[in-house]
Amino acid sequence: MKVKVISRSVDDFTRERSQDLQRVFRNYDPSLRTQEKAVEYVRALNAVKLDKIFARPFIGAMDGHIDGVSCMAKNPTQLKWIFSGAMDGDIRLWDIASRRTVCQFPGHQGAVRGLTVSTDGRMLVSCGTDCTVRLWNTSADNIMELSNSTKNSVEPASVHVGKNAYLAVDHQWDSELFATAGAQLDIWNHNRSEPINSFQWGSDSVISVRFNPGEPNLLATSANDRSIMLYDLRMVSPVRKMIMMTKTNSIAWNPMEPINFTAANEDGNCYSYDARKLDEAKCVHRDHVSAVMDIDYSPTGREFVTGSYDRTVRFFYYNSGHSREIYHTKRMQRVFCVKFSGDGSYVISGSDDTNLRLWKAKASEQLGVVLPRERKKHEYHAAIKKRYMHLPEVKRIERHRHLPKPIYKAATLMRAMSDARKRKEERRKAHSAPGSVTTQPLRRRRIIKEVE
Amino acid sequence: MDEGQENQAIITKKKPSTHQDISDELDLKIKKYLRGEAASFEDLKDRKLKRQLSVREELYGNAAKAAAKAEKWLMPNEGGYLEAEGIEKTWRIKQEAIAKEVGLVNLRNLYDIVLPDLGPYTLDFTSSGRYMAVGGRKGHLGIVDMINLSLIKELQVGETVRDVVFLHNELFFAAAQKKFVYMYNREGTEIHCLREHGAALKLQFLKNHFLLASVNKFGQLHYQDITMGDMVGNFRTGLGRTNVMEVNPFNAVVGLGHAGGTVTMWKPTSSAPLVKMLCHHGPVSALAFHSNGHLMATAGKDKRIKLWDLRKFEPLQTITGHANTLDFSQKGLLACGSGSFVRVMNDVSGTQNYSNYMNHSMAKGYQIGRLAFRPYEDVLAIGHSMGWSSILIPGAGEPNFDTWVANPFETSKQRREKEVRSLLDKLPAETIMLDPSKIGTVKSTRREKVTKQERETEIEAAVEAAKSTKLKNKTKGRNKPGKKMQKKQDAIARVKRPYLEEKINEEQNISQKKQKTSENVELPKSLQRFARKKSS
Repeated sequence: MKVKVISRSVDDFTRERSQDLQRVFRNYDPSLRTQEKAVEYVRALNAVKLDKIFARPFIGAMDGHIDGVSCMAKNPTQLKWIFSGAMDGDIRLWDIASRRTVCQFPGHQGAVRGLTVSTDGRMLVSCGTDCTVRLWNTSADNIMELSNSTKNSVEPASVHVGKNAYLAVDHQWDSELFATAGAQLDIWNHNRSEPINSFQWGSDSVISVRFNPGEPNLLATSANDRSIMLYDLRMVSPVRKMIMMTKTNSIAWNPMEPINFTAANEDGNCYSYDARKLDEAKCVHRDHVSAVMDIDYSPTGREFVTGSYDRTVRFFYYNSGHSREIYHTKRMQRVFCVKFSGDGSYVISGSDDTNLRLWKAKASEQLGVVLPRERKKHEYHAAIKKRYMHLPEVKRIERHRHLPKPIYKAATLMRAMSDARKRKEERRKAHSAPGSVTTQPLRRRRIIKEVE
Repeated sequence: MDEGQENQAIITKKKPSTHQDISDELDLKIKKYLRGEAASFEDLKDRKLKRQLSVREELYGNAAKAAAKAEKWLMPNEGGYLEAEGIEKTWRIKQEAIAKEVGLVNLRNLYDIVLPDLGPYTLDFTSSGRYMAVGGRKGHLGIVDMINLSLIKELQVGETVRDVVFLHNELFFAAAQKKFVYMYNREGTEIHCLREHGAALKLQFLKNHFLLASVNKFGQLHYQDITMGDMVGNFRTGLGRTNVMEVNPFNAVVGLGHAGGTVTMWKPTSSAPLVKMLCHHGPVSALAFHSNGHLMATAGKDKRIKLWDLRKFEPLQTITGHANTLDFSQKGLLACGSGSFVRVMNDVSGTQNYSNYMNHSMAKGYQIGRLAFRPYEDVLAIGHSMGWSSILIPGAGEPNFDTWVANPFETSKQRREKEVRSLLDKLPAETIMLDPSKIGTVKSTRREKVTKQERETEIEAAVEAAKSTKLKNKTKGRNKPGKKMQKKQDAIARVKRPYLEEKINEEQNISQKKQKTSENVELPKSLQRFARKKSS
């Protein structure tokens, strides 16, 4: 007969010296582990609760301005700096790590309405309600020199005076052109003192302008007549115009899918459009209760941050209709501008209370150096949360956010109003001849018309 | 020449099998790691969801393949086996014959410990198989380290001990003594006296939930959470005194065998059993669950041992024979013990057809009390009236253990870490259900055809919720027990009312429908309330 019996010698399974690592043996057989799904569910519940415990998104405030912050600009070549312009004409360069002003750019007599930095980081363009456009030298060595010297302010490289107040400015990717918005849309060159080109459609002032990062000649603007216009610099006339029911305060192009852009609207919603097809929104992002003032995409293109007049900052996924996160503080008043940091981990918001606030993009993220063991644990937690996210207990904890009372009440009121409207619409449909009353989908409802 | 030929034969036998065999083996392994069938997306209309789910299924398939391929490197040990040659039969092979073939290391596992005065012994192993708790009927308790074969602690409690069970690790064990259940430390100190359990006859520990289950002389089932000490459930089974209780390791459901031949299965959150099946013509004398959760073996006093499929609740096989105790090993061997005779049965090549594998008969006066296979070893421990013994059963244990699941060579630091992690992963008592893979699945919301059973479970769940709400303790003489009971009954009646009303409405509707004519006018929704109703 042939016999074999399991025999294990202790030496094979224990370590020889205490300096050695302990020996680990694995057997991935599922029958050794019973009730795997229940264990995963309990771990998902714990992971979601831990998330809430570690959710401390506010890092710090940068104070120094003496009037509300109206606009911000990122330097595409530097991760650690951000420019901000205030309502009294003060422009400052901040070092995000130490949250201190590196240097100031005084000069504007009225509010600074637009700030932008050229792609190579050498030139800062600012425009304001004092009808001037100022260009400043901001190459890295220049700034270093300035920060070392005692004199903390800088002279502009050039000042261009115009006829009307300027409301926004944006720089073209990888070139020397920039566009300003005011009474009409002007295209400038760094070296010329007059705009090289001008566009106008309709008689209303243009309030925001954005160049497309993927297609440098394409730009989107929004005007006071509630329209969004697309221009191509190579053509003489504007490309397309689309009129909505309420005006758009700001536009942001998706850096990873430059064919899409999202418009921050006065009615509290953000509308994502495909630039080729403007008659229907791709997605309507609704959660703010008051006008959305500014919007910026993350460098990943997967989410964007919005700042609104209702004193909150919200994060949305690029394709979801509701926000994933909301940041609010008692001290933060109307948020006028938001920017995602260059690496996508931080968000800076500038608000009416003269402070710039630095937040984490993911509220419970661990900053600093993360050990590989910790990173694996975070990834595991993210994966099981995703798997069990739809179960009621996990979803309830994940979704729970404390809202300030005015926002909560405003949201309840808006929901009651929209429910009432929906009910009335349904009854009208039910009591009229079938097919005579049609409701438009929300993606089209807010668009009045598209003009070629 | 002959030897040369023999060697040749051996060499040819060891030649790697053909590609077909390899791929079949690999397929079997992949199936094991797949954990069930892949979902079918034929009726899914949402294309985006379909694509996302099929990508996920592909990832699962790749993971299963990678795990199957890695098995060869990760799990070097192979299981034991016993093969008879020629006309020899495996069940005629005695332990002495095996002892001659086997190495010295394994001979340490073949012994008899004779302790004649202290009564029949019951045994329990920790999940790693390293420590064994023994309890003699006359009050002898002890913990033995099986690898060093040393007695860690023994104590004499001075009263009847009916059952011993380890808690989550070897530091704690519980003993069902004459009047109460006691919890002891590894040092032998009595830590707790659990009075609510009463005179328990059998104890079981649910590892993932940290629940101690006991059945006592009055047929009451108690579940106690030993981390915080709260009693999670206590139920009157209503079926009398029984000392047959086992836990199904697959879904943590407690099975009780009763004197009427029924086997009932319980979970801590419902006062009625999940399943009640009539298994034998006489009292049920023993019960055992296979670790895969599909197979249950029951033995009755009607001289039958039956194997049941727990998915369909049908008997698979009936074997004639007595059994006072049953146990399944990790590899699926079934040990039946009665009198002084142990029979081990094996299912040939995975089909669930059990046939005799090995037999062992002990000296005549020895009455077998309890059989327990030692995890991760090819050893069967027998607790009997004269002490305990251990015999070798090749092929019983799982050869490769996982350090993070159960480690027989655990250091104290690893044990402490494991305790903390298992406490973090402690499952709430509500997760115990007959099919544990139902967690996370979608409950169908079609309310039209609520079957009677579903409605009953809903009512029961609602009643349990109503019963567990806490009433306020009123002061100033307003806290009379009669009023409290009335309030509780009112709460239960209130919970049941909507279901009863639904039932009455349904009956009315049925009677109305029967009286309505079959004329059906399709009116638009807004005018439907003006439709002429035929008066009943």
